[in-house]
Amino acid sequence: MFIETRQLTKKFGGLVAVNEVDFTIEKGKINAIIGPNGAGKSTFFNLVSGSYTPSSGQVFYKGKDITKLPPNKIATLGVARTFQTTNLFEQSTVLDNVIVGHRLRTRSNLLDAVLRTKRYKLEEKKCRDKAMEVLDFVELTHVRGELAVNISQEEKKRVAFALALATDPEVVFLDEPTAGINPGETEGLAALMEKMVKRGITVCLIEHKMKMIMKLADKIMVLNYGEKIAEGTSEEIMNNQAVIEAYLGGDASA
Amino acid sequence: MGAYLKKRGWMIGFILLAVVFPFLSQNDYFLHVLTLAFIWMIAVYGLNLLAGYTGYLSLAHAGFFAIGAYALGLLTVKAGLNYWIALVLACVITSAIGFVVGLVALRTREHFFAIYTLCVGYIIYLVIDKWDSLTGGVRGLIGIPAPTAIGPISFETPLSQYYLILFFLLATILIMYRIIHSLTGRTFIAIRNSEDLAQTIGISTMKNKLLVFVLSTFFAGLAGALYASFIRFIGPDIGYITIIFDFLTYLLVGGLGTLAGPIVGTFLIVSVSQSLQFLQDYRMLIFGPLLTILIIFYPRGIAGAYLDFRMKRQARKKKSVPSKQTSYVQQSQEDEEKRVKEG
Repeated sequence: MFIETRQLTKKFGGLVAVNEVDFTIEKGKINAIIGPNGAGKSTFFNLVSGSYTPSSGQVFYKGKDITKLPPNKIATLGVARTFQTTNLFEQSTVLDNVIVGHRLRTRSNLLDAVLRTKRYKLEEKKCRDKAMEVLDFVELTHVRGELAVNISQEEKKRVAFALALATDPEVVFLDEPTAGINPGETEGLAALMEKMVKRGITVCLIEHKMKMIMKLADKIMVLNYGEKIAEGTSEEIMNNQAVIEAYLGGDASA
Repeated sequence: MGAYLKKRGWMIGFILLAVVFPFLSQNDYFLHVLTLAFIWMIAVYGLNLLAGYTGYLSLAHAGFFAIGAYALGLLTVKAGLNYWIALVLACVITSAIGFVVGLVALRTREHFFAIYTLCVGYIIYLVIDKWDSLTGGVRGLIGIPAPTAIGPISFETPLSQYYLILFFLLATILIMYRIIHSLTGRTFIAIRNSEDLAQTIGISTMKNKLLVFVLSTFFAGLAGALYASFIRFIGPDIGYITIIFDFLTYLLVGGLGTLAGPIVGTFLIVSVSQSLQFLQDYRMLIFGPLLTILIIFYPRGIAGAYLDFRMKRQARKKKSVPSKQTSYVQQSQEDEEKRVKEG
């Protein structure tokens, strides 16, 4: 098992946002989580990446229980994520935005920074090189000197990918990576996700664009009102009665 | 070399001006005001690292300034310690108290953090004001010695004190520059940008925030200790709320989260405020509206406005030559320059 959740539950007061979800994320595949608005997809992400602590249930990563770990520890283990809204530092260049992504693999501290020690110089270069590498990977080398405020929405999404990739992850969680961009650009990002998988990085994403998901994902989980209602390949999902009902509303027999 | 000058031009200009100033003006009063301004600048740099680069607006810094001042005062006057040992101890004591306060305060965010620290600042003021047996209460602490001589260099004259404090200010700026333009600085900026994002890229936000908080109180304490030995008399007023709002005004006018901001803002406000002495407290009638206008139109202060202007001009230049081929080396040099400007 690569990543596995067991009876994962999150309650906000009386509201059960995620209810006893068992799910496994398969290594080297594109895993997708879909579901109507408010189905608990983002909450599920937050639980796995450590931003929320589950009310009950567990999360395992490569056989290790990571349920209680804070997000930064989980990131160090090799789990990266992006957010629905892209939080970039707009007054800074694209390259500068990405450099900090490799910080977790460095050890230099304040004293190194003030004294400009050898270790500091080495690690500064290491982070810079890593940033260059991931920007090249997401095909943004040409805008690396631009300020983040001046690049397009699609490019911002790519920067967010790059930032996640700079942490040297084994799995990347992408929260609606193609929200708010046009179909042509969506295909570009889908190709990028496939490229990530080819590199050996497992992808898990939340998406609303059905056509794209059905084509892209190797494995899909459907959530509705916090509960898993279906899991499987795209054909299985497309023909699943419960899924059709959830999306089309109740009576789908017509 | 040309690029180097261009990059750090303002800094070199400032240093030259500050070093030469005493020769240009023999006026002791100006020297006194400027020395005081340097002390404020050190404290404002501390505040800038926390509020400007990490996004945590602390209103307790006048309190830490006072702790630094009183620590030095008490250690020299009552314990009779050597000045330099007392100076180091004053900074250590302030940082230690900062560490404890930070542990609690940093569990809050944004407005709550500001309100919490405001209360802490006020409590520090009250403790100093009421703890008569230790601090002398409202009567204050008198007879604080000037820095003792190091070998042949003594610090009795206003001129030598001016250079001593300038030295500390320059050291502060150098340290700030190096922190901000390092992975550690990037980490702080990432926290300001989005704490959630910072955590998911593996940054321990609490640890880093605590580090900034302690550093920032360290500089407040250093400024306070220098103040005590420069003025030679301290009262509880130096920990009062008005002082922190002075710091904040200097920082906002100069530019929150910019390296030049603390110098520009402090110098400007102090000098304008000196030249408007004749208006007494009515000065605030001018400062209030000016500050409001500045915040509305230039939220990153004067230094920030200048950086924005430069950035826009550069963007326009770039657009006019769209297909300019740049080699890798050139590009990374440009990257480097931008990085510096951003600070």
